[in-house]
Amino acid sequence: MTEQGIKQRGMAPQGTDTAEAAKPVTAKPVTTKYVLAGFGGQGVLFVGKVLAQAGMMAKKQVTWIPAYGPEMRGGTANCSVIISDRKIGSPTVGKPSVCLTMNQAAYEKFLHTIVPGGVLYVNSSIVADLPGRDDIRIVKAPVNDLAHDLGSAKVANIVMLGIMQALTPSVSDKELEDALMQLAGKKPELAELNRQALKAGMEFANRL
Amino acid sequence: MAILMKGNEAIAEAAIQAGCRLFCGYPITPSTEIPEYMAKKMKKAGGTYLQAESEVAAIYMVYGAGAAGARVMSGTSSPGFSLMQEGLSYLFAAEIPCVIADVMRGGPGLGGLGPTQADYFQLTKGGGHGDYHPIVLAPATVQEMIDLTKEAFDLADIYRNPVILAVDGILGQMMEPVEFPGTYKAKILPAKTWAADGCEGRPKNNVISYYLSSEAGEADNLRWGKKMAQMQAAEQRFAELSLDDAEYAFVAFGTSSRITETAIDMLRSEGVKVGLFRPISLWPFPVEGLQKRVPQIKGWMSIELSAGQMVQDVRLAVNGRAPVGFYGRQGGMIPEPEEIVAAFKTQILQGGVQR
Repeated sequence: MTEQGIKQRGMAPQGTDTAEAAKPVTAKPVTTKYVLAGFGGQGVLFVGKVLAQAGMMAKKQVTWIPAYGPEMRGGTANCSVIISDRKIGSPTVGKPSVCLTMNQAAYEKFLHTIVPGGVLYVNSSIVADLPGRDDIRIVKAPVNDLAHDLGSAKVANIVMLGIMQALTPSVSDKELEDALMQLAGKKPELAELNRQALKAGMEFANRL
Repeated sequence: MAILMKGNEAIAEAAIQAGCRLFCGYPITPSTEIPEYMAKKMKKAGGTYLQAESEVAAIYMVYGAGAAGARVMSGTSSPGFSLMQEGLSYLFAAEIPCVIADVMRGGPGLGGLGPTQADYFQLTKGGGHGDYHPIVLAPATVQEMIDLTKEAFDLADIYRNPVILAVDGILGQMMEPVEFPGTYKAKILPAKTWAADGCEGRPKNNVISYYLSSEAGEADNLRWGKKMAQMQAAEQRFAELSLDDAEYAFVAFGTSSRITETAIDMLRSEGVKVGLFRPISLWPFPVEGLQKRVPQIKGWMSIELSAGQMVQDVRLAVNGRAPVGFYGRQGGMIPEPEEIVAAFKTQILQGGVQR
């Protein structure tokens, strides 16, 4: 496992509407724009739903849009999520401030769309060590392996969500966990697995 | 409490809450969540979800149920909406209330699955044969989809007229926080004494659109003309953003109005006094509201997911008193706010478009 560029924990990218991502935290309203991408079945749409649900529970403005067109039928899936302190105008995300790529096709497609100063999360279990960018932070995490260690490869997405929460949170840890439990906590055994996956991701990020 | 919901699902849930108990349709991307939700929920509400063999069949099922007085709807996307045009013309002439959602996608032809607003002409100018207009409502948020869907059923009943919800693929697919029951307040409407719902003890009602003499045909058309004039007088709806001090104005509806809002933020941060005029009723087009702004606006610009259709109505309303520009993307592509800003500067600020 490798990581590049993460110097400070808990520093959310300040992607405002004008994409001035590198500015320090101020009282200015914060808008975080996500693109979450991977194979169908890797749960990237679900990660987006948890983020949107958590943002809503935190009384922020949120939008969630899936790529629903022919893209879906090519075996890749992605969604765009915006979490903002202010009313959301354009709900589409051309230039994300936070991007998740769970497979190589997604990495190649979205690497160059991220705003300078943004963060890219990469599933390094299956994405090869490819050329990156110097003006964004790239966080590589072997989430398939981490999920496998928990006993279920299915929760790799939730492990990654935990990593994202530790490094670029848009809501509090509790809000995120509550949102996850609302969407995936109905069966007790799944609730526990998801909770563990989220925790494992956050612990992994803390060791970076 | 707010919940996250897709636009398509919001339309379906709002319809059920508005008393719609029959949905007839045929699934088509990007509107499929409407029939999907109806298939799941309609039975529990004591209603019926009926998958037709085609959109042509679906619209005539709507005709039959509406003629019998039921609150009925269908939902489709552009190619399916084209198939419904003959039926909509018949529904108008028979004065049958109904609500149809058109979740627009790429065209012409089979087109693509991406979002567009390119059915504007077909929606607003009467897409079938004869002199008619449906009422056309264009929401811009998922919450507004709920409020307008509920209202659509009342408008359909009040005017005995088809009402179309004009939605693009993004709004249909997007999830936003929504609250039920929303802003809509139920109205008490007169009983449907015209409906063909069993005539024991009274003369029978015919809910048909055929007349045997041209004189009768003209009389009907004149009566419908009066009804449409009433709708034009009473049902123009719009919203405004940042127009009070504006020197320039965008006109946009649905998703393109959302993108335009971001473009306005960008232009305002550069000191350009620009605002948004957002038609909510596409027919009747909100001419009166727009014309109130004409004296102060030095340049207009219509932003659409089409080759430029609504811009014609904007030009008619502005009537030569200021330049009217246009920017749009087609085929399922969506403009970035930066593109809108650039087009506005070229066409309006630098005088690329004449009045």
